[in-house]
Amino acid sequence: MVLPIKWLNQYVDLSDVDNASLIHELTMSGSKVETLEYLGEGIENVVVGRAVSVEKHPDSDHLNICKIDVGGENDLQIVTGAQNVTVGALVPVALNGSELPGGIKIKTGKLRGVVSEGMLCSIAELGLTLHECPYAVEDGILILQNGTPGEDIKKTLGLDEYCIEFEITPNRPDCLSVVGLAREAAATYDRPLKLEPPRRPEGEGSVADYLSVSIESKLCRRYMARAVKDVKIAPSPAWLRERLHAAGVRPINNIVDITNYVMLEYGQPMHAFDYACLDGSAITVRTAAEGELMNTLDGKERKLSADMLVIADSKKPVAVAGVMGGENSEITESTKTVIFESANFDGTSVRLTSRALGMRTDSSGRFEKGLPPELALPAIDRACELVEELGAGTVVGGLIDVYPDKVRPGSIKPDYKRINQLLGTELEPEVMDGYFARVGLEKLVDGSLEIPYWRSDIECTADLAEEVARLYGYGNIPTTMFDSVAEVVTTTPAQELRNRLDELCTGLGFDETVTYTFISPKYYDKICLPADSVLRKSVKIINPLGEDTSVMRTTALPSMLEVAAYNQNVRNAAASLYEIGVVYTPVLGEDGEVDPEALPAETRKLMLVKYGAGESFFTLKGVVEAVLERVTGIAPSFTALSDDPSFHPGRTASVTLGDIKVGVLGEIAPAVADNYGFNDRVYAAELDIDSIVAAGSKKPSYEKISRFPALLRDIAVVCDEAVTIAELSDTIRSAAGKLLKKVELFDIYRGERMEKGKKSVAFSLSFADENGTVEDTRADAAFAKIVKNLESKHGAILRS
Amino acid sequence: MKQQLEALRAKAVETLSSVNTAAELEEFRVKVLGKKGELTAILRQMGSLSAEERPVMGALANEVRAYIEGELARVSAEVEKKAVAARIAAEKIDVTEPGITPKLGKAHPLTLVRKELENIFTSMGFMVAEGPEVELSHYNFDALNTPDDHPARDMQDTFYIAKDVLLRTQTSSVQARYMEAHKPPLRMICPGAVYRSDAVDATHSPFFHQIEGLVVDKNISFGDLKGTLEEFARLFFGPETRVRFRPHHFPFTEPSAEMDVSCFVCGGKGCRLCKGEGFIEILGAGVVHPNVLRACGIDPDVYSGFAFGMGQERLAMLRYKIDDMRLLFENDVRFLEQF
Repeated sequence: MVLPIKWLNQYVDLSDVDNASLIHELTMSGSKVETLEYLGEGIENVVVGRAVSVEKHPDSDHLNICKIDVGGENDLQIVTGAQNVTVGALVPVALNGSELPGGIKIKTGKLRGVVSEGMLCSIAELGLTLHECPYAVEDGILILQNGTPGEDIKKTLGLDEYCIEFEITPNRPDCLSVVGLAREAAATYDRPLKLEPPRRPEGEGSVADYLSVSIESKLCRRYMARAVKDVKIAPSPAWLRERLHAAGVRPINNIVDITNYVMLEYGQPMHAFDYACLDGSAITVRTAAEGELMNTLDGKERKLSADMLVIADSKKPVAVAGVMGGENSEITESTKTVIFESANFDGTSVRLTSRALGMRTDSSGRFEKGLPPELALPAIDRACELVEELGAGTVVGGLIDVYPDKVRPGSIKPDYKRINQLLGTELEPEVMDGYFARVGLEKLVDGSLEIPYWRSDIECTADLAEEVARLYGYGNIPTTMFDSVAEVVTTTPAQELRNRLDELCTGLGFDETVTYTFISPKYYDKICLPADSVLRKSVKIINPLGEDTSVMRTTALPSMLEVAAYNQNVRNAAASLYEIGVVYTPVLGEDGEVDPEALPAETRKLMLVKYGAGESFFTLKGVVEAVLERVTGIAPSFTALSDDPSFHPGRTASVTLGDIKVGVLGEIAPAVADNYGFNDRVYAAELDIDSIVAAGSKKPSYEKISRFPALLRDIAVVCDEAVTIAELSDTIRSAAGKLLKKVELFDIYRGERMEKGKKSVAFSLSFADENGTVEDTRADAAFAKIVKNLESKHGAILRS
Repeated sequence: MKQQLEALRAKAVETLSSVNTAAELEEFRVKVLGKKGELTAILRQMGSLSAEERPVMGALANEVRAYIEGELARVSAEVEKKAVAARIAAEKIDVTEPGITPKLGKAHPLTLVRKELENIFTSMGFMVAEGPEVELSHYNFDALNTPDDHPARDMQDTFYIAKDVLLRTQTSSVQARYMEAHKPPLRMICPGAVYRSDAVDATHSPFFHQIEGLVVDKNISFGDLKGTLEEFARLFFGPETRVRFRPHHFPFTEPSAEMDVSCFVCGGKGCRLCKGEGFIEILGAGVVHPNVLRACGIDPDVYSGFAFGMGQERLAMLRYKIDDMRLLFENDVRFLEQF
């Protein structure tokens, strides 16, 4: 809402208040100021001049040399190309050193050898159009209708005006008007509001001879109409045009301008239509027929639906109620009789209609917030008053007012004690009563407050508390610290785990990512999920922004791979990334499909992704081992996994803690890598947070450290490729028993000196006994048993 | 024999004066003092001496041995010292060469901000609560006093899964769940992801994060709201921070406020960041609307409370001077590693 400050001053005298204070005080009392705009911004040193003489340029057919009186001692000589300047004409003169909108600077110069001490301006050069200056021409100099030479042009054209743009919250549609904001300003400064109800012209004859109105839908709560005859369509007077322009509304003609002026002033959208265009004399407010067509004022054909409200004559709709009028009944130059409509339509209906038709208008923007039906009366009176004031026509007597369920004013009993409690203040009831009076809450004999029709947002004690708070000043409310009983703040095991994982992952060199949780269903194709995979069954968004963000992910893997691909594309040579991301597992109905009514399970996954020189399955595996062992105290185990379609069948493991499967780890499958266009191998792990929590944690318990030196032996065996390291070390451990403290792999050899399909594996063994030195004989016996079992179980032969 | 011993002594002194290494010293020791060395060779001649000469020569031989050993020890210490000095000189490094740092990862700026907020509010006794992102419209709207025809419910603003299921548009939904599940006194915050149907640009994202706070007890007032949030502002933005509360409107609070903090770049004088206003809008807050308490089973005549909510992206962007929200979700490591 744009408020010209001069217009505001008509209703509340703030002439002694500077703009900065006004902006601050209104903001702090609840009307938030967005911007302060000066209408004459960019126009400097442009004054009114009177043409004293106009002569042809000696060296040009189309240039004129004018002598212009700009109120100074000497007349200026200005060369112009325009042909419409005559002696005596009042014109805007951009002086030497002046500025015009768009940053244009004017200086004295020569045109075809003749000195020109400035420039005469057209409307466009002043940033105006024919709407603001209907008396002007587009292809010539603006010939002014008034003004004295030397006067600043901004004053002459009503551009010496400041306007405030407010952010109006949806609970205060009354503030989408000059009068509403004037009420707020009057309350803020505790000054009288100078607002008289508009005079209602008696008029001649009776509107009933012209029109009848019936309401057929509950979506229209009130419909008022008056007629104006002998209409003389003309431009509005300058003061009205200037006010509309200042408020950001384009002047059109006197009748249309009146409807817009009343809307800006009172906040009640109005409509005017040409009586001659009606079929019959009966107006019906009804819902449209499904598919009914009409052309709106903006020249577009609209297809209406059955839930949209229209104003119709006996044959056709003439307006989309509260949104826009119809072309078929538009006010034109030849309009002779006008019907003014001041009505009240259901806010939600107007909002849905305007959205459906893609038409947001000043009218719909006000109706959709919910306007009071009482507002229709002062608005229509004001419109008729203006008709008489402007001499735009003759108001016809009588007033149509169809108002089936009259709204009674509400009242509320102020609970002063509770208000002080809610605010933390100790204000006297009299002080609060003063604030209530300032916002128009009249005290009734029973002590309750009558709520004015424009403040339907006031319903309960909390609402009264807000009125008190904002006029007392939020800044004046004492600052306190609550002293309610302190609870013990604890974190859940899952929160605790997530915090530790954050520390560990960053400590191990992983950067944290945050990815969108809604993805494209195509992402499932990219990670090669089979067509029947249950992971494809995702919670779907009915109205997504686009397919890319249309389903809630059931796995965070594709999101992470997108990030990896992005980083490879921007040539980041290496990346280690992690995220503790949410995935959404839907509830499936009996038909096996997603039940959209049931909330999905939201679980978190620790995602790890790595690529770059030196990275391998094992560098990521090492991280997974370190992280899981650190947070649970349990060494994870890994078994080969070859049937996860997203991962390389030969380079993937499922990860378990104890007997709980916690996730998967591996190299991304070649087909998936192709889909993402990876040019470097990518390794990923997906670990389920809840499963890690469920695996529990083994509290460390002290194990005695042997004071006797350990005895070290190395063992190297040759075995088939198929035999895994895990199998070999398990066998070594079980064969050696308690004496063996540590088994460490230190070499795997495959090469020329090795038979094809075989590998040589070397472990370092550490024997120790906390009760004494390990003698060679005991170690020999254990070693022999290891060798024997390795051979018998795995065909692994001791390397000589 | 005496001459031999004296000659040996003289030769030894001469030899030692030109010895430079530990190996040469050892060679000298073996050659002169060793079992098969020159001194031993001379002493072998003792048998041929008379009984009178023997003790004299023996004494001289011992003196020579002691002398040579003493010289040997002295030179040996010098050589050792030289060797250490030489090693130190040879091992000198340029300490200004870069260190070999184990690569450390970085937390996401949103996480940094969230954890700081969690620390501030848990230190004030707030629990950290969580709630679902795919939410019933009951908790996102109905229980929060948002009328059925409120524009926020429109498909234009809210992502819907079903008629009554949506992606939560605000973490306030957790307030409602928390109040339903717990009895006052309540003190909780809820950080989390929220969703709104906004196209992506430098300042909008359909997926973003908020943090919500709620206090409910007997006698909780707007003054307590001011006190708590002022304290938060000082802890988060610095001790010099001034705050300003402006009236505003939210369906779930009444009275409602927006809080501005004095600009932490210019200190309130006005600059580009604060658009010359000296203040920056940070959060929305208010006294919990009685309809909200009632909808969650709390008697609004007995209890009162305040709630607040703020955007984590906004705080992160302000704190780290990030000028485009898209950077937060692009996850370019060159961006991530700056925090």
